[in-house]
Amino acid sequence: MIDKAMIGYEMEPSVLPIERSRLRFFAKAVGETNPVYTDEAAARAAGYPDLPAPPTFLFAAELDSGAMDRLLDKLQIPLSKLLHGEQSFTYHRPACVGDTVTVRSRIEDIYDKKNGALEFVIKTARVTNQHDELVAEMRSVLVCRH
Amino acid sequence: MSAPTFDSVQLGDELPPLQLPTVDRTMLALFGGASGDHNAVHIDIDFARRAGMPDVFAQGMLGMAWLGRLLTQWAPQSSLRRFDVRFQGITHLGHRMVCSGKVVEKLHHEGVPCVRIEIQATNQYGQIKTAGEALVALS
Repeated sequence: MIDKAMIGYEMEPSVLPIERSRLRFFAKAVGETNPVYTDEAAARAAGYPDLPAPPTFLFAAELDSGAMDRLLDKLQIPLSKLLHGEQSFTYHRPACVGDTVTVRSRIEDIYDKKNGALEFVIKTARVTNQHDELVAEMRSVLVCRH
Repeated sequence: MSAPTFDSVQLGDELPPLQLPTVDRTMLALFGGASGDHNAVHIDIDFARRAGMPDVFAQGMLGMAWLGRLLTQWAPQSSLRRFDVRFQGITHLGHRMVCSGKVVEKLHHEGVPCVRIEIQATNQYGQIKTAGEALVALS
């Protein structure tokens, strides 16, 4: 069983610089065809200072930093048993190339269903930029299947 | 196509659907690298089999990224307020996903005219793999 004492645990901040080549790689990987995500001129014409990070890109911060792996270690959830149950984003302002975002996450809840066959971890995050402005909030439901 | 406006959008309106190419290993490897999700269960068949799966399978966030494309090809990303999904089933190799969305509510959120859109990603067998909703501000 996942230790419920981890409820309230605050993960170390993850810092993610929004980089042009990474956004182009992400665009290729998801088959993006909208030039706003790959062409600076199109992005500027759409009102952004530079290429915007697409809606789900901020999820990369805690993967890149290793914070997610360390959390799973702490919770003793092996990757082979991990499922992503739900994901939510609330957006406050764009993050574009040249911005650096910081993600700070907290474990909100841990519970189980089906007599412990499924365990759930609720994680919430605040994403801020280099001006300490709120960019987005994220909520993840992680599932450990036994 | 011109951007949708609050007055022009009607309940039941469908977003232009997004048909994705057949899920293959290259797609999963590229998304693993680009998204930062290096979980080997999505890229290494040996690891996937040791984890009890018949083969590698798609990252949940790949399905969500496709739904993000569905939304941002309809309205600019700067108008996206909320984006929530549930991962309901595993997307396997060979699946041909279609992302679709429908306007289900017109409302004011924090004083701003918005529409609530139900969204889903469905494979060629009609199985819904990712479902959720988005809140989009329209002027």
